[in-house]
Amino acid sequence: MSKIIGHEDNLNAIRVLIKKHKKNDRIFSYIGLFVIGSLAIALLVLFLDLVIDGYPKMNLEFFSNFPSRKPEGAGILSAWVGSALVLIVTFFVAVPMGVASGIYLEEYAKKGWFADLIEINVANLAGVPSIIYGLLALGLFVYEFGLGQSILTAGLTLSLLMLPIVIVATREAIRAIPVHIREAAYAVGATKWQVTLHHVLQYAMGGVLTGIIIGMARAIGETAPVITIGALTFIAFLPPTPVTDVAPFINFAWLEAGFTVLPIQMFNWISRPEHAFHINAAATGAVIIILTLLMNGIAIKLRYSIRKKIKW
Amino acid sequence: MALLLNFVIVFVKKLNGNPRNKIIMARKEILKAESKNFNFHYADGTHALKDINIPLYEKKITALIGPSGCGKSTFLRSFNRMHDLYAGNKYDGEIILHPDDTNILDKKVDPIEVRMRISMVFQKPNPFPKSIYENVAYGLRVRGEHNKRLLDDKVEEALKGASLWNEVKDRLQDLAYNLSGGQQQRLCIARALATDPEIMLFDEPTSALDPIATVNIEELMSELKKKLTILIVTHNMQQAARISDYTAYMYLGEMIEFDETDIIFTKPSKKATEDYITGKFG
Ligand SMILES: Nc1ncnc2c1ncn2[C@@H]1O[C@H](COP(=O)(O)OP(=O)(O)OP(=O)(O)O)[C@@H](O)[C@H]1O
Ligand SMILES: [Mg+2]
Repeated sequence: MSKIIGHEDNLNAIRVLIKKHKKNDRIFSYIGLFVIGSLAIALLVLFLDLVIDGYPKMNLEFFSNFPSRKPEGAGILSAWVGSALVLIVTFFVAVPMGVASGIYLEEYAKKGWFADLIEINVANLAGVPSIIYGLLALGLFVYEFGLGQSILTAGLTLSLLMLPIVIVATREAIRAIPVHIREAAYAVGATKWQVTLHHVLQYAMGGVLTGIIIGMARAIGETAPVITIGALTFIAFLPPTPVTDVAPFINFAWLEAGFTVLPIQMFNWISRPEHAFHINAAATGAVIIILTLLMNGIAIKLRYSIRKKIKW
Repeated sequence: MALLLNFVIVFVKKLNGNPRNKIIMARKEILKAESKNFNFHYADGTHALKDINIPLYEKKITALIGPSGCGKSTFLRSFNRMHDLYAGNKYDGEIILHPDDTNILDKKVDPIEVRMRISMVFQKPNPFPKSIYENVAYGLRVRGEHNKRLLDDKVEEALKGASLWNEVKDRLQDLAYNLSGGQQQRLCIARALATDPEIMLFDEPTSALDPIATVNIEELMSELKKKLTILIVTHNMQQAARISDYTAYMYLGEMIEFDETDIIFTKPSKKATEDYITGKFG
């Protein structure tokens, strides 16, 4: 009889304990939900505010018109073309350099104080305020190298910003490749370069692409460094087209052209007193946010679909 | 003169008294490789192998047995210079590969060359996240082979050699991960086989497999030894007894006893070996 009572006490004690632990689970999930919920709502309100304010301007003409003195007819043609061209430069500079640096640091560099030094530097670069990059670019690219206040300068400047993001993403993706796959490749007689090319690079591609897109999404919204190097705030012409109809069909004159970008165009309109310009600014803001979200969405999708193909 | 004769007689008796020498003399085994006073230190200073002397005879299976942590994998992985992948590891002594008498641990010998001659199958099946075909062909690709016909032939030959051909011949382009664990391990054997290695290393190749897949792999190894020399690490005493010709018993980084498998399992000369084999210890 007493045995059974002891048994029940024991059982009750266990149940009380479980209940207590479950309560902690619940409390934490409420806190988490609250925090993430308020963040999401803040973002949503911000976004909706821009969309509602800018709604009257959300049409095709907005994208095909140059900015103008009259707010009704003004558009973001020169801004989005400028942003696109600057991003192209950024992409072609930051991606090869970032991926190559990531591979070098992870696969080739001898571990030691020098590697540690570079590691700390790269990590810190990601945290440097973007205006500092703008100052560096002004001194180096504009004055020292004489590249002018051009698309090329802006592209190079933003690639400085993007580099640490690509490097860190590449290294993390490489680290995620399990040792036994690597050893399998070496065991059949592959050289380091073959292992890098046939395996490391391919399996890390998902993470690398994600890093690239997130870096680009960041670059698209950057304003401070582009202002620092002297982007124009009002521009009513397009740079020379990159593709021409005479041989060699490709033309690099656009690299030297003056330009503006989306966030600067937005900034310019906000600083005007007329309310009508503020509508344009809101519409531009909405475009930037949509582009950023779109790019992040692509990054997530890419990561997911590549992950699904590679199982270790 | 009489003294000299006496000396010779004593010497011959001594030679015959050592069972290992008797076998070698009786069956004319050909030496394929041997480790001589081999010592190994990991980067952190762990002295994992101490004065190991083990011969590998051609077209024979040599098994390494011993309790966990005694250095079996460390020894096996020295044969294809796997330890070179990590900085700070240190080999001392020699591992001589015959018939060319190359010391494969020599700094002047490129580890890539060693790995092209000696291939390895790991404990956990580790196919690449690529197609079945590409997995098998990879060893040839790194040698710069691009001839499609030759690759096709070699892939087929290797898959047949690994008794996997019939199961995969219709889906060579499928991802290797769609195979079962046992099939994956045979795929890894095919990958190691495709480059015609002189020696194949197996590190507990069946420990992640079910009994039927295990039997498959064991039969496969007995088939493979007609062509090449095998060194296998196993935790499974029955497996060592079933498939190997020679067995080395290792303990705490030392080689305690090496002999014909029959002798190791029936009348080992060391008490420690006997205790381990009969399960009194380990
Ligand atoms: N990377 C390493 N760095 C330092 N010491 C190591 C390393 N790998 C293994 N060791 C040590 O070397 C010794 C031999 O290890 P090894 O892996 O060769 O044992 P094993 O006989 O294969 O064991 P198991 O049967 O468990 O696989 C052990 O003491 C182990 O702790
Ligand atoms: Mg082991």
